[in-house]
Amino acid sequence: MAEPLLEVRGLSIAFGGLRAVQNVSFRVPRGSLTALIGPNGAGKTTLFALVSGFLRPDHGQVFFDGRDITGHPPHLNARAGMTRTFQIVQPFALQTVRENIAVGAHLHIAGRAAALAEAERVAERVGLASQLDKPAADLTVAGRKRLELARALATRARLLLLDEVLAGLNPQEIGEMIPVVRAIVEDGADSGVTVLMIEHVMQAVMNLAAHVWVLAQGQLIAEGSPAEVTRNPAVIEAYLGPGTAERLRKAHAP
Amino acid sequence: MKDAAAIALFVLAVGAAALAFDSGVALNFIMMALYATLLAQAWNMLGGYGGQFSFGHALFFGSGAYVQAMAQLHGGIHAWAALGLAVGAAAAVGALVGALAFRYGLKGSYFALITLAFAEVFRILALSVPFTGAGVGLMLPLRAAASNLQFDSPRGYALLLLGMVTLALAVTAWLRHSRFGAQLQAVRDNEDAARALGIDPLRTKLSACVLSAAFMGAAGAIYLQMFQYIDPAIAFGPTTSVEALLGAIVGGMGTLWGPVLGALALHVLSDLTRNLFGALPGINMVIYGLVLVVIVTFMPRGIAGIGRSVRSLWQGGRRG
Repeated sequence: MAEPLLEVRGLSIAFGGLRAVQNVSFRVPRGSLTALIGPNGAGKTTLFALVSGFLRPDHGQVFFDGRDITGHPPHLNARAGMTRTFQIVQPFALQTVRENIAVGAHLHIAGRAAALAEAERVAERVGLASQLDKPAADLTVAGRKRLELARALATRARLLLLDEVLAGLNPQEIGEMIPVVRAIVEDGADSGVTVLMIEHVMQAVMNLAAHVWVLAQGQLIAEGSPAEVTRNPAVIEAYLGPGTAERLRKAHAP
Repeated sequence: MKDAAAIALFVLAVGAAALAFDSGVALNFIMMALYATLLAQAWNMLGGYGGQFSFGHALFFGSGAYVQAMAQLHGGIHAWAALGLAVGAAAAVGALVGALAFRYGLKGSYFALITLAFAEVFRILALSVPFTGAGVGLMLPLRAAASNLQFDSPRGYALLLLGMVTLALAVTAWLRHSRFGAQLQAVRDNEDAARALGIDPLRTKLSACVLSAAFMGAAGAIYLQMFQYIDPAIAFGPTTSVEALLGAIVGGMGTLWGPVLGALALHVLSDLTRNLFGALPGINMVIYGLVLVVIVTFMPRGIAGIGRSVRSLWQGGRRG
């Protein structure tokens, strides 16, 4: 197996008595679209914060592109090519959509005009082209999710950590967003963006992800293809409570 | 481009006014309005564009003024060279206080309090040590000559201040159209999002603090040249801090022309109140306070944002 783009080894963090993430290890292959799922409070966003550098782990290591980046601050990780988005969208509310995306583009582009032009190109890819001059505060929820994605893309990240870019969208908006996410990975244009997403919307996970990890109470309890993990009794019980897998099987038995 | 044209127009208009008027009252008005503009624009760089509300900008002002005085009186240094030293010293104080405050993540009211505290510390130090003249202050001998950075008419100071204000406007325009400015505003609007996009918030805020402090230091040095006298209360007392932030807030933080409008408006207001209610000392401060309350309540974007404020009030009224 080729060297993974991201490798996490034995990552743990505790907040007082709450062990939010316990001994989590996984490897994200280059050019893949993978997902991290799990019930509410499983520690998914905390895991993202550990990987991207917003939190420092108590134990364990994070390797990005073969380099140990454990404990590096987020802005250095972004410069190295790993950018996260936020589940609760964080737009620069006073600025226009174009200016928001340009902040991401400025990571590698010094000139203002060039960064604004780049922002336009990125906006087209995520379907924000018609709203470039709106203040970010005036966008709908769906628009803000696209903006999160666009800003992260504009940094020319090689690894995008997408934290629930579909949460809060209606079924039609989810249907529109799925191809946008897929195109990021599959587009030849920016050869080799790898995406790891946290997602609750199973329709999207089934549709998009090649490989899924399941986190529950801070621990990885299963991994595999989306179809595999959704049949896994441990996963069903993590979502629906102990004993449910057994009952479901009986109910479906002829 | 539009900003450059507007700045050029501003320089031409104010410069022409300073050259055309001969009355001392008019020249004094131009001089003091430009001085207030310089303070407000310096504060705006860190407060308006960086979102870090300092309540102790006199710290940098006083550092500039004292270094200007000490360099000339104790060091025998040429006035123009001393101006360079004063600006450098103020920037260094900005770097020191900024590094301490931002390193430990002080934001909002905590940042305001730490800057106020540092200004007070410097005021007490200036009161205690001999080389600042302690409570007596320092007095600069009057030798009016452009080479000595002193002028026999307010016109000279007005033109000097106009040069400084133009520089401050140019730097502010640069903040609006540059990578650094975009990153600074990103940190102001959402620090976590900025970090995720590769921006180092500490370095960004620190740079803005140094820039802002340098202009405050220049204002302090020029103040000394104008009045030839400085003491701890003038240098580090809260009056200058309040004047700087009030001009920017009343005019419109984070805009190019807001601090100019705010400084002018407050200056006109204080002149009017002094003339109308001269018999009641301190009444101008009362009116200042009232104006601030009205502005913050009804025009959060200041004078420069008056159009948008009225529109949103109107729309809010119709909706409500």
